[in-house]
Amino acid sequence: MVQYSRTRLDASFAALSDATRRGVLEQLGRADASITDLAERFHMTLTGIKKHVGVLEQAGLVTTEKVGRVRTCKLGLRRLEEETAWIERYRQLWDSRFDELDKVVEELKRKEKINGRQKRK
Amino acid sequence: MDARRESEPTPVKNQTTVERKSERELVVTRTFNGPARLVFEAWTKPELLKLWWAPRSTDVSLLSCEADVRVGGRYRFVFGHGASKTMAFFGRYLEVTPHSRLVWTNEEGDGGEAITTVTFEEEGGKTLLILRELHPSKEALDDAIASGEGMRETFEQLDELLVTLEASR
Repeated sequence: MVQYSRTRLDASFAALSDATRRGVLEQLGRADASITDLAERFHMTLTGIKKHVGVLEQAGLVTTEKVGRVRTCKLGLRRLEEETAWIERYRQLWDSRFDELDKVVEELKRKEKINGRQKRK
Repeated sequence: MDARRESEPTPVKNQTTVERKSERELVVTRTFNGPARLVFEAWTKPELLKLWWAPRSTDVSLLSCEADVRVGGRYRFVFGHGASKTMAFFGRYLEVTPHSRLVWTNEEGDGGEAITTVTFEEEGGKTLLILRELHPSKEALDDAIASGEGMRETFEQLDELLVTLEASR
């Protein structure tokens, strides 16, 4: 089981709690858009829309890339899935290591028991 | 059968959990059915470390495992993958507190040093192990995640890094 970081999930839910930001996600689900496109569509100032995009970016829901003078926004959901998948693989790595470590600990316990018996003799 | 279970409880597999605690930190937790001194021993004696560090479920093998486990001492683990690929993990121990705490640096990355802290907490003959991996920056951890698309890529990247390191010697 992956214990996904609560702070990150909180950030995602906080980001989704706003109607404009949900609209932005919906829009980006259809096509990538620049900050200017989004400001026009949602009848907001550039500063206003940048704030919303910033919140979505912080939550890992949107990624932005600046090429020249245009900042393009796209859905960042895939990255979030990649991170979850990576964390699960990382967990499996440690899990299989620890299964072997269990055996080492069992063996050390067994040896300690035998040595203990020998000492008592 | 019940009586036997009471005297010799069937070992239940302990869960391993991983959590990204912050932008820079990953935390791994696991309980072991043994006292802290034995779990600690398995982390600090190279001949024991090499028995479990390279998981058998992967096609990765541990080629060499050197660890001078004392404050300032260095370690170097070299893994093999397939016939020709190798990768090395290396660094130094910052803290070695018997049976309770181990801290080391991970110097193989090129985005700065990551610090690993392992704590061993014993309770009722069992040991709760918490491993914290603190990366130098959010970017370093993000990069590690982004480049983690299959161990093979990591191996290739580390191969290149090794070649660079060898050449600069």
